[in-house]
Parts: sequence; structure tokens; C-alpha cells
Amino acid sequence: MAVLTIERKVLEKNDAVAQTNRQLLKSLGIFSLNLVSSPGSGKTSLVEKTIEHCREKIQMAVIEGDVQTDLDARRVDALGIPVVQIVTHGACHLEAALVSDSLKQLDLTGVELLIIENVGNLVCPSGYDLGEDLKVVIVSTTEGDDKPLKYPAMFRNASVLLINKIDLLPYLPASIEALEKNALSINPDLKVFRTSCISGEGIAEWCHWLQGNIKKK
Amino acid sequence: MHELSIAQNIIDIVQENLAPDQKQVVKTVRVKVGKLTNILVDSLLFGFEALTRETNLDGVTLEVEQLPLRIKCDDCGQETDLDDYVFSCPVCHSSAIKVISGQELLVQEIELND
Repeated sequence: MAVLTIERKVLEKNDAVAQTNRQLLKSLGIFSLNLVSSPGSGKTSLVEKTIEHCREKIQMAVIEGDVQTDLDARRVDALGIPVVQIVTHGACHLEAALVSDSLKQLDLTGVELLIIENVGNLVCPSGYDLGEDLKVVIVSTTEGDDKPLKYPAMFRNASVLLINKIDLLPYLPASIEALEKNALSINPDLKVFRTSCISGEGIAEWCHWLQGNIKKK
Repeated sequence: MHELSIAQNIIDIVQENLAPDQKQVVKTVRVKVGKLTNILVDSLLFGFEALTRETNLDGVTLEVEQLPLRIKCDDCGQETDLDDYVFSCPVCHSSAIKVISGQELLVQEIELND
């Protein structure tokens, strides 16, 4: 009975492409974010608000990931920001190779911030490195305060937590304190922001923090 | 449902590691899957079976070894297997911990028929 010892990472090809993406972005001095969340948490609205608030100070580009349609890319395009839409046709997450192809389609001259909006899904995207600097997980208050406990891997692998739709808190049984406590029990190093894309609350703080990170890059 | 994509990656790695005369004699593929990878083993087995059907790997057994989520406390040194994903030391309650197992996703070995 012969046994071949392999000991290879299942996602080694994805990791290698992600590393190439990371080196390219580093060489261009571009700070990059991978936005992950469940569907409907407000990722695209946050991208729009970030663009509106930061566009005078930061040059941006966006990669949109969706299972179907280019609706999100159209929203970003309407703001005059370079954008590429990835349609995964059913796949539940972005992979590094898709981002690599998109980077070739974007004019990255002068770009300081790249936002990659992942497919709405709190499970699958957590294992796939895209080459980003930081994973940003977004949870909206309507999803309930127990979401971090139900999807621990995503919260463990993220660096930033945006709690969105805080304008709805008066109408919901969810406790923002409990949500934050649950998230920090999974990952004490999470940097937390509380935002609303309707009232605009918290957007300035988030953008200020982003600008600080872009300067560091 | 990223298990199908994971299964395809496993199959690619297996095929790359087989010599031409080994293609038809694979008996078992052994993989290690950490608890923090969000892999549903039944879905992975289903995906592997579906993707290998009518290929040289048709009928090959995929054996999945599940590895626990294990942390080590930076303060007191205690190693603990976590069931509930609360990332702090159950002995001294420090949150200065490292995950030492649970993130693995490896093709470990391939067993061949004689």
C-alpha cells in the first residue's frame, strides 16, 4: 500500500494570487479594503457615503462583487468613480484571481484607496484572501445582536467592524452594546465604528480613520 | 456553499501530485479541516463525489479529519479546545490568546491501491 504525502494548503493557488495582488497594490501605494457582510447590510450604501465624504481628499477605485447584475457598479459609476463589476454567476464569494483580472481593467494611476465589495455572505468569503490590507465586516442593527456569535470566523478574520443602520435602533429590540460585546468576545482587536447611511452619523469618523491609514501606506 | 470550490481545489492538487501510472489507482484522499474554516463536511463529501464522477477519481474515498479550534493563552500558557468560539482563556480569562489550531485546510496524503 503506497501513500503519497502531500501536505499542501487547499487554497494555496488563491493565496499565491492574493499575494501578487497585495504586492501590486503595495508598489502603487494603494490602501485596500475587502468589505464583507450578509446581503442587505448596506455595503454599497457605505461605499457611496465613503465616496461622497472622501472624494475631495482621496482618489478611489471600486471593485463590486455580486452573484448577478451590475446594479452596484452603476451606483458607483454614477458618482464618477472608476469601478469594475464582477458577476460570479452563482459563486458565493470572490476569489483572488477575479480581483487580479479586475485590477487589470482599472486605471490605477493616482488611486489611493481601493474598495472591494464582496458578495453578500457571512460564511464563504472569510477563507479567501484577496490581497487586501484589511477585511471590514459590516453588520446592520436589523440583523440582531447575536450575528457575531453565529458567524465567528468572519469576525475573527476581520480588522474593522462597522455597525450600520444605527438610525433604526429606536425601533428594534437589538442592543448595540450587546452586538459590540459579542463581536469583541470573538475578536478583541476589532476597531468598531457605528454608522448610518441615512442620517450620516459616524461616516465622518470612519472616513477620518481611513484617511489616517491611507497616509500610513 | 463554498465546499464545491474547495472540493475542486482538492481534486486539482491530487491530480497534480499523481504520476501518469498512478492516475487510476487512487484509493483514498485524506484532508485536514479546521473548525474555523466553516466547511460543512457532508457538503464537501457531496461536492467531491459529484466532481469526480466519471473521472479517474470516480469512487475514491475522501477522508476528512476535523481539527478542533484550539487556543493558547499568552498569559498563563494554558491550551484549550473551544466549543463556543469565545476567544478568551477559560483559566485566567485573558483575551491575549493565539489560535494554534482550527484554521487548517490541507490535502494531507493520497493512498494508492497496490
